[in-house]
Amino acid sequence: MTRTKSIIGKAVVSFTGLCAFSAVAAVVWIMGTIVWGGHSHLTWAFLTQAPAAGMTEGGILPAIVGTFMLVVIMSLVGVPVGTITAIYLSEYTSRGSKLANFIRFAVNTLAGIPAIVFGLFGLGFFVQFTGGTLDRLFSPEGKLVWAQPNILWASLTMALLTLPVVIVSVEEAIKTVPRELREASLALGVTKWQTIWRVVLPNSVGGILTGAILAVSRGAGEVAPILFTGAAYFLPNLPHGFTDQFMELGYHLYIMTTQSTDVEKTLPIQYATTLVLLLLTFALNFGAIFMRYRLRSRRVAA
Amino acid sequence: METAPHYAKLYTKDLHLHYGPKHALKGISLDMKAYKVTALIGPSGCGKSTFLRSLNRMNDTIDNVNIKGSVFVDNVDIYHKKVDEVQLRKKVGMIFQKSNPFPKSIYDNVAYGPRIHGLRDKAKLDELVETSLRRAAIWDEVKDELKKSALALSGGQQQRLCIARALAVEPEVLLMDEPASALDPIATAKIEELIYELKTTYTIVIVTHNMQQAARVSDYTAFFYMGSVVEFDATERIFTSPKEKQTEDYVTGRFG
Repeated sequence: MTRTKSIIGKAVVSFTGLCAFSAVAAVVWIMGTIVWGGHSHLTWAFLTQAPAAGMTEGGILPAIVGTFMLVVIMSLVGVPVGTITAIYLSEYTSRGSKLANFIRFAVNTLAGIPAIVFGLFGLGFFVQFTGGTLDRLFSPEGKLVWAQPNILWASLTMALLTLPVVIVSVEEAIKTVPRELREASLALGVTKWQTIWRVVLPNSVGGILTGAILAVSRGAGEVAPILFTGAAYFLPNLPHGFTDQFMELGYHLYIMTTQSTDVEKTLPIQYATTLVLLLLTFALNFGAIFMRYRLRSRRVAA
Repeated sequence: METAPHYAKLYTKDLHLHYGPKHALKGISLDMKAYKVTALIGPSGCGKSTFLRSLNRMNDTIDNVNIKGSVFVDNVDIYHKKVDEVQLRKKVGMIFQKSNPFPKSIYDNVAYGPRIHGLRDKAKLDELVETSLRRAAIWDEVKDELKKSALALSGGQQQRLCIARALAVEPEVLLMDEPASALDPIATAKIEELIYELKTTYTIVIVTHNMQQAARVSDYTAFFYMGSVVEFDATERIFTSPKEKQTEDYVTGRFG
């Protein structure tokens, strides 16, 4: 009896250990392969040149710049909208009210929608509907200006995708602002909005920044939302305006692995591109973790 | 208990407050006279803090609070729909139990209210900050480090800074919610001394758990129990010859 039990016990320990180990192994394996395959190609020239010779040579500068511009425009739209939504939820709806629950439900649903659906929604809503309406109103002779994929529509689609991340982290931050501080301000004859602006938001800056960085790292890693809304197969030039298309690291990788004229020859480029994408995402994630950690320790110290 | 509205800076008439299903205040009528200190005493949960917070409509910020009856400040019903609670709170300031300075410098804490209310002139602001800090009896301790974070001050200093911050918006009434309960005896003595000074200029209503404190600083005392005022009279009488048995038991420490 006891022997059987001890055998089962050992088996359970070994099995759970093995499962845990497989997660670690997967990370090491993936990282190892990518670093091994890509490090030699990761040169200054690779980072600062446009792809050449039918994308079998050259660098990935347009993709880096495109990714950068994508996340900047996305943040400029998504962070304010997300922050304002979080303010509305935590300050202007009462806890547990039907409206608040409904908005929270909507935000959670938004977070659960697959990225490709966002891509198709972006194509339908931004490119065709919004862009189409703009062109009908402002474009002479039916020339397509806004009714085609571009960096603005791609960024807006991405902003929509990352909105829940921003809302949740800003709301969390707003919740940690002590009630005593708000009351101190209100008791001085300061309006609610002034209190939010002067007391609540300055004390939530950490959460807003964390939300922004998490959104950026999420956005930088998604390809599906920009597939139909603005990402380009190949563009030697950098985007100059909202109506330009752009290259993006994740999409570039997808193109290189599936549409390349010579997949074997471009393997080092693919690995190096993956490495750049991962480093960028990791840097942003670690930035968010570091910032949260610093703000938390500061709050404890105070 | 006679009512004399025209002498009372604040008075309430049959004030009822429901907090969700809880009947927290059951018909309170109380006069608080100008330039006097009125103390509200009673066991925990008796409604004295809730009552205090009704006097500047701070309870408005809490969900599920229902108020019936009236509160008059300078003979104006503050719960009338034409009254702006933001303007009211400028006139009726509040000091909280736990000192709550903003995570800003000492100067910016005091200047916070006046700045938002539109005072931009640097010289005038400097002057107002100094006057407020002097009135709150903390100027001598902080005058050389106005740029220092308010969070670096001791508990007693923080509380006096909060008083200075409240004074800077030039209120007429000060509501104090157990302002010294978290302080040591020396800091408490300083706050009490300060209250004594302040009543020459302000009307003060103070909630306290400390019988000796009520006896020392107040002119009038109201004894709250289970959401009602059991007895309200001159402080001396409450502590030496209360009319109600309950009051006597409480002030002599037999229950509470």
